Amino acid sequence: MTDTVGIVIVSHSKDIAKGTADMVRQMVGSEVKVAFCGGNPDGGLGTSVSLIIDAINDAWSAKGVAILVDLGGAETNSEMAVEMLEPARRDLVVVCNAPIVEGAVMAATEAAGGSSLAQVKAVAEELSAD
Amino acid sequence: MSLQPETFKSLVKVAAEQVIASAPELTTLDQAIGDGDHGTNMKRGFEAVLGKLDAISAQPLNEALKMIGKTLVMTVGGASGPLYGSFFLAAGEALSHDRHLPDDLADVFGSGVNAVSARGRSQAGEKTMLDVLVPVLETLRTGAGQPDLIARVRATAAEAVERTAPMQATKGRASFLGPRSVGHVDPGARSSCVLVQAVCASLEGQP
Repeated sequence: MTDTVGIVIVSHSKDIAKGTADMVRQMVGSEVKVAFCGGNPDGGLGTSVSLIIDAINDAWSAKGVAILVDLGGAETNSEMAVEMLEPARRDLVVVCNAPIVEGAVMAATEAAGGSSLAQVKAVAEELSAD
Repeated sequence: MSLQPETFKSLVKVAAEQVIASAPELTTLDQAIGDGDHGTNMKRGFEAVLGKLDAISAQPLNEALKMIGKTLVMTVGGASGPLYGSFFLAAGEALSHDRHLPDDLADVFGSGVNAVSARGRSQAGEKTMLDVLVPVLETLRTGAGQPDLIARVRATAAEAVERTAPMQATKGRASFLGPRSVGHVDPGARSSCVLVQAVCASLEGQP
């Protein structure tokens, strides 16, 4: 099935990324593709552009992919990963400005209803609104 | 300041070795106002560059710079990967479009600086690597063609990094500290200074 937006969770910690993905799957079910990654290229705390690219491709959907990140480097590396995708996919991936756990759950819930990528992003980012 | 392939190779080697040697200092600086991983991240990235040094220096200069950029992007593991990576990717891209060294050095360096600014959505004055890169770019512009350009660049970088200490961070991890970021040299500015000075030293033949 590729008719729901995919969700990618990128944390500095693989444990946090996996835990967040587990929560999303429990709360939203398996109709939304969820991929996660965490850890630098040596496996320590940090993020890895190549792991993020892999996660985007794992969660790929024709409707696009929304990425949830924790701290600065995860965001910068996610933006870099998006730019390194094949051109046809770049415009269909967004990095959400939202808290990672709540944002992932909200985004996945919205995605499960068949919403567009822009709607999924907007719902996740409502959590960051002042 | 012509750049022969062997000169470029030794320049990259010296710069990478200097960054690797400065890793403990970068980590100490980053523990004060960041998350303490800048030294290990930069070390990982530049060790990867050293590991590919033969392949990198076998390329034409524009492709070599892009290869360095891509290597840093894929191996650093923190925000400094895309930041430094974008610098080298953009500099290599500038050289691919009818720019030539040494005449267009400031332009090429400027392309890299613009890419860092765009990637980090940041400007000079926010206690980041841009607080070294932007003054260095200014010196490259104003000092172009001067016989003491390399010495001027070294001095600019050394002074610029110290000026980050009294700044309050508004970008990056250090911004979480607000006023408590004042009094510490910025680790990214320091690593930029190390790189710039290593390149200068290599060009002066006294690494």
